[in-house]
Amino acid sequence: MPDFDVKKIREDFPILKRFINGKPLIYFDNAATTQKPQYVLDSVDNYYKNLNSNVHRGVHTLSEEATNEYESARESIRKYINAGKSSEIIFVRGTTEAINLVASSFGSEFFNAGDEIIISAIEHHSNIVPWQMLCERKNAKLKVIPVDDGGEILIDEYKKLLTEKTKLVSVVHISNALGTQNPVKEIIQIAHNAGVPVMIDGAQSIQHSKIDVRELDVDFFAFSGHKVYAHTGIGVLYGKESLLNKMPPYHGGGEMIKSVSFEKTIYNDLPYKFEAGTPNIEGPISLKSAFEYIENIGLSKIEQYEDELLEYATNRLSEIKNIRFIGTAKEKKSVVSFLCGDIHPYDTGTILNNLGIAVRTGHHCAEPIMKRFNIPGTVRASFSFYNTKEEIDLLIEGIIKANKMLS
Amino acid sequence: MPTINEIENEIIEEFTMFEDWNTKYEYIIDIGKELPLIDEKYKTDEYKVSGCQSQVWICTEFKDGKVYFTADSDAIITKGIIALLIMVLSGQKPEDILNADLSFVEKIGMKEHLSINRANGLSAMINRMKAETSKFIK
Repeated sequence: MPDFDVKKIREDFPILKRFINGKPLIYFDNAATTQKPQYVLDSVDNYYKNLNSNVHRGVHTLSEEATNEYESARESIRKYINAGKSSEIIFVRGTTEAINLVASSFGSEFFNAGDEIIISAIEHHSNIVPWQMLCERKNAKLKVIPVDDGGEILIDEYKKLLTEKTKLVSVVHISNALGTQNPVKEIIQIAHNAGVPVMIDGAQSIQHSKIDVRELDVDFFAFSGHKVYAHTGIGVLYGKESLLNKMPPYHGGGEMIKSVSFEKTIYNDLPYKFEAGTPNIEGPISLKSAFEYIENIGLSKIEQYEDELLEYATNRLSEIKNIRFIGTAKEKKSVVSFLCGDIHPYDTGTILNNLGIAVRTGHHCAEPIMKRFNIPGTVRASFSFYNTKEEIDLLIEGIIKANKMLS
Repeated sequence: MPTINEIENEIIEEFTMFEDWNTKYEYIIDIGKELPLIDEKYKTDEYKVSGCQSQVWICTEFKDGKVYFTADSDAIITKGIIALLIMVLSGQKPEDILNADLSFVEKIGMKEHLSINRANGLSAMINRMKAETSKFIK
């Protein structure tokens, strides 16, 4: 791809200079977490060296500067996902906490016995278990949209699952296990036609394509900073103000209150109502700089290059005789999941690690979909824009070597 | 019957001869094939070791004052690793098994498999073998 200098980009990521087992690191576990560019590392370094102070409470200069940085990060993140108001950006620890927040808070306000929530068969555990817990608490029912053999959601089946008892639909945007990209706009529209709000788990989409929450008209959107080149421990729950305002606080403590007495506590406004205690201050700063880094390169260039990598990897992997792809949806992003004959994914992953190649093996925290395909797990390679075709060639060589050793 | 220490030393010596990871893993894969396999009827949840990415079953038997292990796994490398453990521990007295520090694992460069994060759950296997063995001590 012209105009995309991957060699230069790799220079931005210090960890890519590492050697693993004597070989240059080839990092193909980007769906688990992404590496951090120096620009992002510097932003947090600068925060602790020059600004560190608690936010929202001090009269002193440092606290004011820290608060400004923190809140300007919220505003940049709002812009990045095109939310209407920065008060709709709730800082959380990650996607998992965002989903738990909605399950707990939205669930306690809007769910009654017999009500229903719809998820899909390709969710990871974070978008299954919080809803199961809600169902136990409220005696509600979890319904699951099935997928076809390629790992694509069956939209007609989804339509049939929507009833007047459905209170929420929560589906993943891009599957971490298979790479399937769900038609979320259509899914949202169908639910809205039935008057049902929709939560989208964007843990695997925020880093690969443009997210415009208003264009999607999504009610809740969750993602994790560490999967989009920022630090761990920071994530975002976007929620429509109209819904967030109706929802009770999730955690109690400082920041989330207006006034406290032993008789009655008045809760703070959005977004603070949902941000109890001293927040992770460097997290949003890191996330803001990660988005700046991405925009500097150009998200559409990144997307185009990553799509090229996926296509190249899929074609090259197809050359391996005993390869079995798990997840062959038409619309996919970044992830190839596969097995080689009857070789256990753990064995393949172990051999690849000895070659310096980091892939993920196992069920990818999405056990139900592994059961759907009747497999113990897969080998998963997931790509980012700092990966190269040469690295994919080495992966192919590695798999061929592993196959030889293991069969 | 050589002692646990003697067998460990033999394994360590064997491993010093491997020049690279390649030959080391080829050896592990090979000895996996010699693993005394668990009777199919024991391949149940009761005998399954949780904490492993691959499925692992271990069966423990007590005969004439000694403990014998059989096992199986659906991953070849995991099989090799259990085979090593069984070479060292099977046929030993319960007290000796419980006291074994199994430092050979570190010395043959397989320590990475011991960390809590490792998907093969070597620690989980050792814990299971010791827990089952402790039942034979009066």
